[in-house]
Amino acid sequence: MTSVMAPALTMSRRRIGLGWRIVGLLVLWVALWWWLGGQFVLESGVPAAAQDWLQATVSAIGDGRLTNPLFIYVFTPITSALNGVYNGGVWLTQQLGWTGMTGIGAALALMVAGWRMAVLTALGMLSFGVLGLWEQSMQTLVLVAISVALSVLIGIPVGIACGLSNRFRRLLMPILDTLQIMPSFAYLPIITLFFLIGPPAGILATLVYAIPPTIRLTDVGIREVAASSVEASRSLGATVRQVLTDVQLPMSRRTRVVGINQTVMAALSMVTVAAVIATPGLGQAVLGSLQILDVGGAFNSGLAIVVVAIVLDRVISAASRRAGAHRRTGRLRLTVWGSAAALVVLGAALPAVLPSTAKWNSAWVHPISGPVNVGAVWAKEHLYPYTMSFTEWVTIWFINPLESLLLNTPWFVIVAVVAALALIVGHWKPAIVAASCLIGCALLGLWPSSMVTLTQVIFAATITMILGLVVGTWIGRSRWADRVLRPILDAGQVLPPFVYLVPCLALFGPTRFTAIFAAVVYASPAAIKIVGEGIATVAPNTIEAARSMGSSTLQEIGKVQLPMARPIILVALNQGIIYVMAMVVIGGLVGGGGLGYDVVKGFANESYAGTGLAAGFAIVLLGVMLDRVSQSAGRVRRTSSHAV
Amino acid sequence: MSTSGLITPAAASGSSSPSPAVSVRGLWKVFGPKASSIVGSADEELSPAELKDKTGCVAAVRDVSFDVAPGEVFVVMGLSGSGKSTLVRCITRLIEPTAGDILIEGDSLIAADDKQLRELRRHRFSMVFQHFGLLPHRRVAENVAYGLEIRGDDKASRQARAQEVIELVGLTGFENSFPDQLSGGMQQRVGLARALAGDPDIMFFDEPFSALDPLIRRDMQDEVMRLHNEVGKTMIFITHDLSEALRLGDRIAIMQNGRIVQVGRPDELVGAPADEYVADFTRDIPRSHVLTMRWIMRPPRPGEALDGPELSPDLIIRDSIHAISQASAPARIVSEGQLLGLVDRDDLLVLIAGKPNA
Ligand SMILES: Nc1ncnc2c1ncn2[C@@H]1O[C@H](COP(=O)(O)OP(=O)(O)O)[C@@H](O)[C@H]1O
Ligand SMILES: [Mg+2]
Repeated sequence: MTSVMAPALTMSRRRIGLGWRIVGLLVLWVALWWWLGGQFVLESGVPAAAQDWLQATVSAIGDGRLTNPLFIYVFTPITSALNGVYNGGVWLTQQLGWTGMTGIGAALALMVAGWRMAVLTALGMLSFGVLGLWEQSMQTLVLVAISVALSVLIGIPVGIACGLSNRFRRLLMPILDTLQIMPSFAYLPIITLFFLIGPPAGILATLVYAIPPTIRLTDVGIREVAASSVEASRSLGATVRQVLTDVQLPMSRRTRVVGINQTVMAALSMVTVAAVIATPGLGQAVLGSLQILDVGGAFNSGLAIVVVAIVLDRVISAASRRAGAHRRTGRLRLTVWGSAAALVVLGAALPAVLPSTAKWNSAWVHPISGPVNVGAVWAKEHLYPYTMSFTEWVTIWFINPLESLLLNTPWFVIVAVVAALALIVGHWKPAIVAASCLIGCALLGLWPSSMVTLTQVIFAATITMILGLVVGTWIGRSRWADRVLRPILDAGQVLPPFVYLVPCLALFGPTRFTAIFAAVVYASPAAIKIVGEGIATVAPNTIEAARSMGSSTLQEIGKVQLPMARPIILVALNQGIIYVMAMVVIGGLVGGGGLGYDVVKGFANESYAGTGLAAGFAIVLLGVMLDRVSQSAGRVRRTSSHAV
Repeated sequence: MSTSGLITPAAASGSSSPSPAVSVRGLWKVFGPKASSIVGSADEELSPAELKDKTGCVAAVRDVSFDVAPGEVFVVMGLSGSGKSTLVRCITRLIEPTAGDILIEGDSLIAADDKQLRELRRHRFSMVFQHFGLLPHRRVAENVAYGLEIRGDDKASRQARAQEVIELVGLTGFENSFPDQLSGGMQQRVGLARALAGDPDIMFFDEPFSALDPLIRRDMQDEVMRLHNEVGKTMIFITHDLSEALRLGDRIAIMQNGRIVQVGRPDELVGAPADEYVADFTRDIPRSHVLTMRWIMRPPRPGEALDGPELSPDLIIRDSIHAISQASAPARIVSEGQLLGLVDRDDLLVLIAGKPNA
């Protein structure tokens, strides 16, 4: 009995120690803020050297655009090629018209996912016309198609190389890890530096953002292939290439399809965000409305994005569910081929037969902007007083104090506090990385913006984690709650982050609170699901044992389930922070300020290009810092539980 | 010939053929850092635990040598972790051996380059695996023909050959099934057919039936015996199941901690275990089912009647009981017209009841 109890006791003693050390650190911080507050504070743009140098570099690069061989032989040809492909794609959609495109869309969905999905696709395509966003929707689809095609074309060979070579994998994985924790806004300034703003830069940014899942899951798929099958193939005298084509690739097909699915959804979300670098499409429509605070217009375009996301997600999941079965039943049935061909022909020929269908009739356009604006006006009168006072209350009591704490503490004290925190929860390696990242933010001359962003991340992440723990525990314990909430959470994860800004802006206007709120909404589904998984997987017999000793429900949760799910909860914290960071940065568009705003300012005004670029780097640094600190907690837990 | 007790038959069996089908010479496999430096150093004598502590290496196969005659079924038996799978993979070079040599019909496998190795695998030997290693996306017929496909046989000939072996292993009617639609036993028949399809001279089996139910396992063992009788391949068969080893093996090698501790015919292992380890293994085997007349015959005592039935020295004891118990005089064990010894009822009873001290 004692031997069983001992580890539990030492563990809880350690935890108390840890908690007190963190509290002590925070008290020390506040004391230092009290004592030194307002001194050694870095102004925006101080030191100026980095941003000046970046600004000069941006100009130099701009000047070299016509003379530098790198531009002449690499960047410019890539830019023109992508422009050509994009324009060709858009031209094609115009030639096919709405009937042809709808026919093709439905035919594709029919072939990969069946009749119901074909109907859903057709309805989705028609809704673009109804919303008055046909052109923008086609632009978005063309961009997604090009980006996904490139991701697959590049990602699968790279993933195969990863799967076959441990050395290549070791080289690439840290890069993919970093790409995956970086908010999408971070690469935009660097890409525009070389590819200007417009569709090519949008496609490349999307490529960078969306390619990791394809690479990763191609690699995982190859590594998961049963060793016995590979060995059997080798034993029959297969060459490396034969093993790859006969065994590893066919047997990893499922996993690879999952990766491509994730790539498609990531591409959609990035293509819309890339609106800030003048990438056309639905994102642009949302952004345009946001900038003039046209809530109705933003809702209208946002709805079209939601439709694209839902149709893509549904069709893709139905397709991958069928992917395994198809091989079995042989090739696609003739009727399916025939029907698909008929749909395409019908779509393409309809305008010739019925000239009235050649153009989308303006009488069929019914955007929801009008009604939404009516609602918005009503909300402004009746809801705003409440939401505003709530926003103000939160701002005054939480956001402002935290922000002033971060802004007014001497910068090196904050560096020390973060390093100490990483040291307490983790060990010296992440502490050094975290401190270096923050010092980097200071050197870039973006200390105030970084602190504004950090304030919002801390606040939003805290709320996300509270929600994650409460709701996650609930769905982890109750089948009923799980069944009701899971579809909502799944849907929440499908939508591109851009979409969330719209209702948040409508409710709260352009404030820092809006960015925080959007971040919480965006990050919560992931955190809740991960916590729920952790709680649900705590071994039932352990719970039973606790119950047999007379634990109350709260004791059961607090003493058994949460502690046992701790490693997974720390994963939720890490993921939650990464999601929050991604959204807080985008929230710079709706009054969040901070680094996201600096990035956008850089695109809008040439004389701020250096600042925008610096802000891109600062976002990366802040992201790495947050990831390392939150991840190190998990690592140490795991090793210490081994030691016990 | 000793004058009393058991007579140990000559141990030099199996090497009568001039050119062995497979010859393993001083084979080593060490997993771990700087593996090759261990073979030949003083460390090679360390026990597994000491070696692991000192160098971080695992010596899975240690200085193994044996010959397998053409057409022989050679069984390697040992507990899990004793190095059997590693041994058989080294012999096929699915794992590169650390030291030693392997001769396949006289040609060194170690000297073969990648291309030659592939040719050997495509034509000369094949392997059946514990976990089948089938390709789930191919139908049974395509799985069976897979080896022919990668070596470049044309479609018509490989389909014909696949059909032939499918019939041979009793899979007729399942050509168009997918592996996961078959039971474990049927899946292993596919594995067997695939290995047979290329018409190799030598077949390796790595615990092919361990994952199957006992009843099906027996069926499959019979199947292998039947195939061996029909197609006469040289077989190297790995198992951890002694009764399987005794059923199938012309000779059996017992492995422990990477070494072969004894090689011999089934009756040699049971009748004259080399050490405690082998004796432990064979303890539960009914000796009368394995040992032959040779093991219990004794010189005639003065005045004994010499008109009993005549039996072969290789007759299994179990099969002699009827003849001996019916006879009034001790059975005469005769080989090539020469009287080797006598066996009477009491001799049988002593053996069946076990030694008094056992
Ligand atoms: N790839 C490997 N790396 C390190 N050790 C291994 C490897 N493969 C096998 N071993 C070790 O070699 C020993 C023999 O394994 P194996 O040949 O699989 O035994 P068996 O087939 O008799 O069960 C075991 O101790 C095992 O842990
Ligand atoms: Mg084994």
